[in-house]
Amino acid sequence: MRLQKNSLAALYSVLEFASDPGRQLSASEIAAKYHLSPHHLSKVLRVLGREGLLESVRGVGGGYRFTGNAKRLTLMDVIGLFENISAPRRGGRRGARSETEAFAPVEVEDAVAVVLAEIDEIAKATLRSITLDTMLKLMARRRK
Amino acid sequence: MGARGLISLKKMRVRGVQAGDLAQVIDIDAGITGLRKPDYWAEILQRYGSGRRQQRFFLVAEAEGRIEGFVIGEVRDWEFGSPPCGWVFAISVRPEARLAGAGTALLESICEGFRKLGVTKLRTMLSRDNSLILSFFRSQGMMAAPFIPLEKDLE
Repeated sequence: MRLQKNSLAALYSVLEFASDPGRQLSASEIAAKYHLSPHHLSKVLRVLGREGLLESVRGVGGGYRFTGNAKRLTLMDVIGLFENISAPRRGGRRGARSETEAFAPVEVEDAVAVVLAEIDEIAKATLRSITLDTMLKLMARRRK
Repeated sequence: MGARGLISLKKMRVRGVQAGDLAQVIDIDAGITGLRKPDYWAEILQRYGSGRRQQRFFLVAEAEGRIEGFVIGEVRDWEFGSPPCGWVFAISVRPEARLAGAGTALLESICEGFRKLGVTKLRTMLSRDNSLILSFFRSQGMMAAPFIPLEKDLE
């Protein structure tokens, strides 16, 4: 499973905010820390704000502040705002076949799809089970 | 959260199960799984109860005379090619008593029992759809183990 850039930027951002919920940070501060495009990150933060995970702070030194529930929000909740990885993987015989798939025997394509779906299901279960709070604890353990 | 969800940790104690606790254990399990299994629990009490048996643990969290949750586990030696490690195969807390630290206290108690037996690794296994309990174990620092459970349909 490979996450899209938006999802990764969102995960980095919410973890940064959730690590100190009272702190207010701007898009440019987070962009600099994680080597992200400030323009791109601004769009991501707007989505997080619209979904109630962040609160926009206006005025001089404005930015965003964390308003989510770190003990309840899972990695999947955040990723789900930017891409649909919960949907089951398309099986071989269902839907349009790509140019490469068109040359593969259907049973081969199906068997490969079954294995890839198994990997996806494990990844999704992992993302659904890890809250931001658990991630913060994991980060603290790795700092020791 | 129900009123009993506000039970303070100070009022809660973890101890070995007693025969008189079984009815409440059955109630807690039935309330969560939707299945009442008295015969199964009588068998579990016989195998894991009667005080802390060597390598086997059946602990309950009690607050104000009521059983709020339980944990069951044992040390298994060299299963799956692994050195002895502690396995937790059941942990449950009444829904209205959650978020008060009962699950954490139960897990810590059984881990302490495992440590006293010289075990340094804790393992468990559960359905990947069980996000609630998966999240609990994750919050306790548990990570994916280097094992993959496999199954097949026997026709």
